[in-house]
Amino acid sequence: MPHRKSLSLVWRRYPQRYQLIGSKCLTCGTHFFPPRDFCPKCRRKGEIVEQKMKGTGKIHSFTVVRVPQEGFEMEVPYVLAVVELDEGPKLTAQIISVKPDEVSIGMPVKMVFRRISEDGDSGIINYGYKFEKA
Amino acid sequence: MQKVAVIGAGQTKFGEHWEKSFRDLMAEAGKKAIEDANISGNDIQAVYGGTMSAGRMIGQEHIGALIADSMGLNPIPSTRVENACASGGTAFREAYMAIAGGHYDIVVAGGVEKMTDVFTSQASLALGGAADQEWEVFFGATFPALYALIARRHMHEYGTTEEQMARVAVKNHHNGSLNPNAQYRRDVTLEQVMSSSKVADPLKLLDCSPITDGAAAVVLASEKIARKYCDDPIWVLGSAQASDTLALHDRESLTTLKSSVIAGREAMKQAGVKPTDINIAEVHDCFTIAEICAVEDLGFVEKGKGGKAEEDGMFDLNSNISVNPSGGLKACGHPVGATGIKQVIEAVEQLRGEAGKRQVDGAETALTHNVGGTGATAVVHIFSKEGN
Repeated sequence: MPHRKSLSLVWRRYPQRYQLIGSKCLTCGTHFFPPRDFCPKCRRKGEIVEQKMKGTGKIHSFTVVRVPQEGFEMEVPYVLAVVELDEGPKLTAQIISVKPDEVSIGMPVKMVFRRISEDGDSGIINYGYKFEKA
Repeated sequence: MQKVAVIGAGQTKFGEHWEKSFRDLMAEAGKKAIEDANISGNDIQAVYGGTMSAGRMIGQEHIGALIADSMGLNPIPSTRVENACASGGTAFREAYMAIAGGHYDIVVAGGVEKMTDVFTSQASLALGGAADQEWEVFFGATFPALYALIARRHMHEYGTTEEQMARVAVKNHHNGSLNPNAQYRRDVTLEQVMSSSKVADPLKLLDCSPITDGAAAVVLASEKIARKYCDDPIWVLGSAQASDTLALHDRESLTTLKSSVIAGREAMKQAGVKPTDINIAEVHDCFTIAEICAVEDLGFVEKGKGGKAEEDGMFDLNSNISVNPSGGLKACGHPVGATGIKQVIEAVEQLRGEAGKRQVDGAETALTHNVGGTGATAVVHIFSKEGN
């Protein structure tokens, strides 16, 4: 049984996980996803604003997970990748609707909204981004 | 700054200790270290204990107090140190700094993890706590999966092969077969590693370090005490630590652990040594690819050449640099908080010439490299028989 999450723990991340809302530093132009509250480069001189990512990018690295974390038993084997977004930031997400042996580094992908996991039999159903071939 | 030496070392055997509790393991390692140092418990002024996840593995927090209590050291100050898999190395560094800075003259640094009191799935969840819960684990990342992402990218950028990674497991299992404290004391063949079950491609079961119970402790002392109590103190010549982004995907490069590069360079600078001066190195091989990254990041070999170097036997026992003579995390096992201290103990035993069948001839300078998570923390120490 995975540990139970409170609703607020997942609710506060809806903008990022549902819509890829990240942030951007107006001073140096760097995009951040997940959003950062301050720019590590510009520090106090940086000016951070919300920025939605387009949701397109390419695969930077990937693996096929055979032994899952609790809560992901129904998914195995699944492809997990580091995706580099067109805006620059990289993120970790599942790649779906493609056979594992058809995935390659450099493959263009786009974001889709999917169910991620379930917190036990009666807990929260978690949703968020996955990616498929663009 | 005061000079600091290690004057005593002790550990439990690493493995599945069904009959021993967290408390029993810590007490056993602590007692051995204090006896080895030939000091009285009353001489000890402070304790730093590294443990990653006692809260989730045994439901116990307030580990600083538990350690002092189990070792019979009340009322001295005792502090838990947590830096994921680098908890032990960080505890050692805290003890080192407390003496170097002049606060104390005799300090114990310990590390312990009791992992088999929960089911493997629960232990894995706890280990996942070293990664970014909100942005990696939430989306299905396991710890092996994150190192598999490093491995795949290393293969892509440098042509590293699965056989070269397997070669690390073969080497470290061989070294472990010579270590009476190792969890796995048997050789494995390249074919066995290559045909072991897949965990997260390209990593297979025998590319991964196991779940382990164990504890380790060392006694550190200032120069005046070390010379008084000890005929063969092992001097700490360099101590450095660096941090990086918690999530792997936020790094500039997946294949370079920048924290290792920075901590390694700084520790070597303090010690006045170059990578080629190192005779033995205990590096953080939680997965075989991690050792390949480590030998590159510490400057033993050019970036991208680690796989080939392993294949050529450059890091075998009694080669130019003996890497993981203890058997590493791979064969000794990885009781998370204890690992960083066990690395120090291996360095001490090798430099004293007490490493038995795995003794590296003429070992004079040793390096330990302890990593937290996928490289968000790295701690590097350099040791020598001679103080400089």
